[in-house]
Amino acid sequence: MTDHSTIAAREVLTEAGPMIAGRSLWQDAWRRLRKNKAAVASAIVLLLLALAGIFGPLVAPHPYDRIYPQYVRTPASLEAYPKAERIIPAFESVVSRARVETGSAEVEGSTVRMPISSSEALDPRIVRYVDRSDLFENARIEELSADGRSGVMVADVHRLRFLFGTDSNGRDLLARILIGIRVSLAIGVLASAMALLFGVSYGAIAGYLGGRVDGVMMRIVDILYSLPFIFFVILLVVFFGRNFILIFIAIGATEWLDMARIVRGQALMLKRQEFVQAAEALGVDNSGILRRHIIPNTLGPVVVFVTLLVPKAILLESLLSFLGLGVQEPLTSLGLLISDGAANIQGATWLLIYPAIALTVILFALNFLGDGLRDALDPKDR
Amino acid sequence: MGENKTDTILSIRGLNVSFATHDGEVRAVKNVDFDVRPGETVAIVGESGSGKSQSMMALMGLLASNGRATGSARYRDQELIGMSERRLNKVRGEKITMIFQEPMTSLDPLYKIGRQISEPLIHHGGLLSAAQARPRVLELLRLVGIPDPERRIDSYPHELSGGQRQRVMIAMALANNPDILIADEPTTALDVTVQAQILALLAELQSRLGMAIVFITHDLGIVRRFADRVYVMRSGEVVEEGATEALFSTPKHAYTKMLLEAEPTGRKAPPPANAPILLEGRNVEVTFTIGGGFLAGEPLMLRAVNRISIALKKGQTIGIVGESGSGKSTLGRALLRLLPSDGAIRFGGRDISTAGREEMRPLRREMQLVFQDPFGSLSPRMTIGQVITEGLLVHEPSLSGKDRDRRAIEALREVGLDPAMRNRYAHEFSGGQRQRIAIARAIILKPKVVVLDEPTSALDRSVQKQIVDLLRDLQQAHDLSYLFISHDLAVVRAMSDYIIVMKQGQIVEEGPTAEIFDDPREEYTQTLMAAAIDVTKFRAAAPS
Repeated sequence: MTDHSTIAAREVLTEAGPMIAGRSLWQDAWRRLRKNKAAVASAIVLLLLALAGIFGPLVAPHPYDRIYPQYVRTPASLEAYPKAERIIPAFESVVSRARVETGSAEVEGSTVRMPISSSEALDPRIVRYVDRSDLFENARIEELSADGRSGVMVADVHRLRFLFGTDSNGRDLLARILIGIRVSLAIGVLASAMALLFGVSYGAIAGYLGGRVDGVMMRIVDILYSLPFIFFVILLVVFFGRNFILIFIAIGATEWLDMARIVRGQALMLKRQEFVQAAEALGVDNSGILRRHIIPNTLGPVVVFVTLLVPKAILLESLLSFLGLGVQEPLTSLGLLISDGAANIQGATWLLIYPAIALTVILFALNFLGDGLRDALDPKDR
Repeated sequence: MGENKTDTILSIRGLNVSFATHDGEVRAVKNVDFDVRPGETVAIVGESGSGKSQSMMALMGLLASNGRATGSARYRDQELIGMSERRLNKVRGEKITMIFQEPMTSLDPLYKIGRQISEPLIHHGGLLSAAQARPRVLELLRLVGIPDPERRIDSYPHELSGGQRQRVMIAMALANNPDILIADEPTTALDVTVQAQILALLAELQSRLGMAIVFITHDLGIVRRFADRVYVMRSGEVVEEGATEALFSTPKHAYTKMLLEAEPTGRKAPPPANAPILLEGRNVEVTFTIGGGFLAGEPLMLRAVNRISIALKKGQTIGIVGESGSGKSTLGRALLRLLPSDGAIRFGGRDISTAGREEMRPLRREMQLVFQDPFGSLSPRMTIGQVITEGLLVHEPSLSGKDRDRRAIEALREVGLDPAMRNRYAHEFSGGQRQRIAIARAIILKPKVVVLDEPTSALDRSVQKQIVDLLRDLQQAHDLSYLFISHDLAVVRAMSDYIIVMKQGQIVEEGPTAEIFDDPREEYTQTLMAAAIDVTKFRAAAPS
């Protein structure tokens, strides 16, 4: 039925006049994809998240590994820290360490002042006690009396914003989520790229050559399939130590098996197609047929599978990190952050909520994009 | 039909069908009127894309999801267009039924045919159980001439031949004694002999059961033999209608005339007697192994081509005819050494029967192949320029991109296509254009022998004629030798000077074209001719 309608559509198209530039299936798919609002929105979201992952840590107000001992498990807030009521007690407590007589402190704008005196001359080095705190900076002694025994301790209040709060070590969660997005997306993309490269060529060769070659190649895949994934990763970690690169090697090395099977199935179907037989009748050699005919024609389902593979890789990495086999502190990933948040769910819900939202958005976007691509590339709908 | 000729049971007025596509709305059927009277046979004729199927699909509520029908289609007193699905189900499947072109796919492979036939009985016929429906199913199977119905009722569709499956489809359609049977190209996928049987069955059933038949087809031969009245459709419109005999004897519209004259004509003269033999096969055998292998037991050996000898001279066209499964395509591929075979094959005096892929490669440019399916034989991911010049990459690797482009332009001109289109992709072309592209791909290498494997079977008659003319012109221009494989006797007759008739992998009869057509000796050839010619000749032979 659709055949007839499309043929009719073509006829209209050709009658419309010469259109020299061809419209490839990819351009067709692209047009179709652009009409799918969910897919386009997902693509934009992914692009923004990727940019945030790449450039975010550079522009974020706090480095992802900076520890603020005074701000352990600070709740997420739009207001800057320290809050007003905390300034004076904190200032009193740091100044008291200098073992000087203290008066009452008062806040003026972004500075805090407190008269101090001592039985001996004030040592100017006591300002370090104040500077050492995360709350104050640029401490100095003003209005020093002639005998040097009394003066006013003045310090600027160091205002910090923790939009997403801080974790149980006092690190800014926003910066950590940004670096987590970077790590998770990188693992997702790199592991998928590895699965893509290896799986597509392996599957295409096995499927096209067929016969014994296919038998042996696919039995190897079967054997690798039978290795439990976690066991395989633990084995790798035991041999090579914990290493960032190892994670995507581990994920890529297991995910290419699926890819190889999908591509092999496609290749088996494609090699019976007449255009492949026609190429054989032209005398094209195996590598030419694989490169020009088999692989380009498998790419439709492969592209779709990749968009589903990326979230799978991200989830696997999360699983590994959750189990403590993934990336190492202070570097982090969304999976690690979530595992951390899960451990602190009672006292600090923001530690779970924000990384979980980030991961969910990525997964949703990838799945919508994958769905959109599948619809766009589906020849039945053409 | 005499007494109530004025009654119409189906009356279609101003029917429009349109499809929403990415290129805007496409109108497949434009404002057409049809009438069907009780017990008559109405044929709707047109080429692919003319909207003949869609107009019937519309009234059955079977349009694709992007399709929309407007207008009126009245069955007795009920308006079918816009009727709710539930009420429509009472009409379709019971009063109006349909059989489709593809008997291989219109039956569900998972259910026994008895169950599939009993389904409409249980749904519409008021029968309660499968057991109660069984006698009626057996009766239906007997009615449509399925041999041994007690056994066949428990068969799965794959155990039946194509013709038998189409009979089962007809039995399903007849289960509830419909008023109207819509037959959408019911015989197109079948061999000529089976086609003749199915048509005879339909005619007989109609005379016994008295239903009206709407026959959708592109084959004028069938129309002429079978229909009382004809509607001719072209690009969504009815261009001519009338009683069959009147329409065939005095067609009014130019398009009808063109359709009637679309049969390929002309005969090919044999090559000079001293022409050298180019391609020769002696006792060629091809055996397929089915199953077998590790732990799978003894494989089944199927001999697709059984000791066939053939000699193709320079400038000659040998037509190989036979029904599906006769091994004619396999023979063609074996002679090109695309399939492993036994026996001796010589090309240009050189024995190639043991040549491997590497040895064959330089010879490939001299022996080319054109396929049946113009939709499957062009890679969808390449521009047609790339498709055509792929052979040059292999055989003339020293050519620059510019030279290849020049050759592509030449080849496209030669097959009558606009070279400006070489940057387009295959899906943007019609079937006939694609077949021209496939031919351009073969001739760009300047081959000596071309095996044409049903090159015209998937095409409309008028396009078929153009392709036949093109192939003839190319043969003259380049002194080509053709091996023309087809089940279509009219095309074979126009193309070849020598004919081989194959059945079950063996040669039944061979000889010069005129001899085979005018004076077939073997019984099989005679049935084949009779079936084909019976369909093409005027319905003088049919009982009135």
